[in-house]
Amino acid sequence: MSWTKKILRVNLTSGTCVSEPLNMDWAKKYIGQRGLATKYFVEECDPKVDPMSPENKLIFATGPLTGTAAPTSGRWSVICKGPLTGAIACSNSGGFFGAELKNAGWDMIIFEGKSAKPVYLDIDNENAELKDASAMWGMSVWDTEDALRAARGDNDIRCASVGQAGESGVLFAGVVNDKDRAAGRSGVGAVMGSKNLKAIACRGTVGVPVDDAMKFMQAAGAAKQILADNAVTGEGLPTYGTQVLMNVINETGALPTHNAKDIQFDGASKIGGEAMTEPRESDGKANLVSNAACFGCPISCQRVSQMDANHFTVKGQPKYHGKEGGLEYEAAWALGAATGVSDLETLTYCNYICNEYGMDPISLGSTVAAAMELYEIGAITDKETGGIKLEWGSAEALAKICDQTGLGQGFGKEIGQGSRRLCEKYGHPELSMTVKSQEFPAYDPRGIQGMGLTYATSNRGACHLRSYTVASEVLGIPEKTDPLTSDGKPGLVKAFQDATAAVDSTGTCIFTTFALTMDDISPMMAADSEGGWTSETMMEAGERIWNLERKFNNDAGFTAADDLLPQRMLKDAAKTGPAKGKVSDLLKMLPEYYELRGWTAEGVPSNETLARLAL
Amino acid sequence: MKITLKLFASLGKFLPEGTTGNETEIEITKGYTLEQVLEEHGVPPEHCHLVLVNGHYVGPSERAAMKMKEGDALAVWPPVAGG
Repeated sequence: MSWTKKILRVNLTSGTCVSEPLNMDWAKKYIGQRGLATKYFVEECDPKVDPMSPENKLIFATGPLTGTAAPTSGRWSVICKGPLTGAIACSNSGGFFGAELKNAGWDMIIFEGKSAKPVYLDIDNENAELKDASAMWGMSVWDTEDALRAARGDNDIRCASVGQAGESGVLFAGVVNDKDRAAGRSGVGAVMGSKNLKAIACRGTVGVPVDDAMKFMQAAGAAKQILADNAVTGEGLPTYGTQVLMNVINETGALPTHNAKDIQFDGASKIGGEAMTEPRESDGKANLVSNAACFGCPISCQRVSQMDANHFTVKGQPKYHGKEGGLEYEAAWALGAATGVSDLETLTYCNYICNEYGMDPISLGSTVAAAMELYEIGAITDKETGGIKLEWGSAEALAKICDQTGLGQGFGKEIGQGSRRLCEKYGHPELSMTVKSQEFPAYDPRGIQGMGLTYATSNRGACHLRSYTVASEVLGIPEKTDPLTSDGKPGLVKAFQDATAAVDSTGTCIFTTFALTMDDISPMMAADSEGGWTSETMMEAGERIWNLERKFNNDAGFTAADDLLPQRMLKDAAKTGPAKGKVSDLLKMLPEYYELRGWTAEGVPSNETLARLAL
Repeated sequence: MKITLKLFASLGKFLPEGTTGNETEIEITKGYTLEQVLEEHGVPPEHCHLVLVNGHYVGPSERAAMKMKEGDALAVWPPVAGG
């Protein structure tokens, strides 16, 4: 029942907003959010559609648990065909916007077409209307949110918007909500900008009824207790956030450094979670101010930072002197270790810029790292960079190029196309650390073998959050496996992929799975929503969603040849650390993975598999 | 015999007084086990979730018998995670 059973269909070309009933047959097979929105997208969009054309659709989706009393129920997603990859894109976010949308009475919004002029969607419970956003075009995310609140005269509205990066077609532009939470990956913000859709402003007071309130509160209460009692979700993540991983992964010998030429970074200790808590030499204050939480989240892993006002990046710019969203691990790695920059304050500034202009810091940092290697070998020079000396470790160059990228200026325009296009243009495609044109994250496949298969087979291009085997291979959750062996990893990756697809579709956060199992999550679903959900049907739905995404990509033109890591991962052995001498065993893992999936040797779901999953 | 002791996150407080950052070189008795090193520095075993020697994981059942060698790097974390 906690599907609202209502979809808002917005035609940007004609300017209409129409309410439709949710397809409940699909809801019972695809859960919600990532799964259900992908089903809608696949049914309505040609796989060959140009991602930046009006024919691409853009779906904002909540899950059946979004906005309920379930722990971490602030999750929501943006689904479209991604312009960075040409593959299915599903980018998740937290914060408060998703719960507000659900509380306004909507399961999802489907945007189609393209507006002739900049607009934003104004939602007040069941009332939805497109309004002129001409005055906001060119504004940052931060200024847009302030302008929307002023326009409504309501400080309690929740907003999701694109900044200058989404407007100017940065292919890794994100949709940012609540000023520093983002559906960051795969360029969903570029699609939003291409439709002249600046923002959604939402106020929701309808509430979210659940199917069996008593059973639901019991299940949600039990899950909250597990999260509170677990040392990782009850203490580790709240205290140190994801940034505690910087030293863990560096010590493990799997921290891609200098565009993955190296696998360990000697500046790691200066940019990790511990460093954020230490007093700065400059002003005696710590970078980290506090943690913070998304809607309904008892974990509270978010970082809140405050920079030294005299740091060169922010001196004389008061808007950066307050408390803002701080560095998470992926951003600190991409902007830091990948580029060799070990100045925590510069990384914090660049992370602010990503929130303000609306960009994915993983793709941004990785692309700058690729540019630095192109600069090192002389494939680009000061002529191309406009005089910016893109040398490893240069904080000044990093800050400058991040500004330029967000604003679509200078050499930043080329960075904004992502590393695959950049490296191809300058004759060195092998220097792009991407899969399906998306930059890979903070775990080197040579040092954590399961992550190589994870990146290679991720349906949205290289991504750690589609099957986070680091939990098992490094952190020992749910049980420890050896990161240096590929034995058993195809099965591990498949299990993580299916479970993650299910959890991503509920409206809760994947971080709960450091403590909760599907046996803890499915009772919340069963009490919340009709459909008689069990752990088995949840996992089956997850596998169905994974195959649906795969089938879309195959229909879009992707083949097994695209399940490939950069040659550096397959041929250049790690130079230091536990993985010294190793490369990724991807080519050994892939055939076993395809077989486990019930796919052909060409990576195509077999007819039997499609029939088994009712696809 | 010298080894490098690295204690991260909430375990940093167990590093020798005067240590800056999260690691320091320490002198240990030859033949000391991993468990003895941590015990000597007062690190509660129940807080030692992730233990690496030279980057390699050492499980709880191996820590009492594992002898440290000259130049080893011992790194320890309480329960932590990320993504």
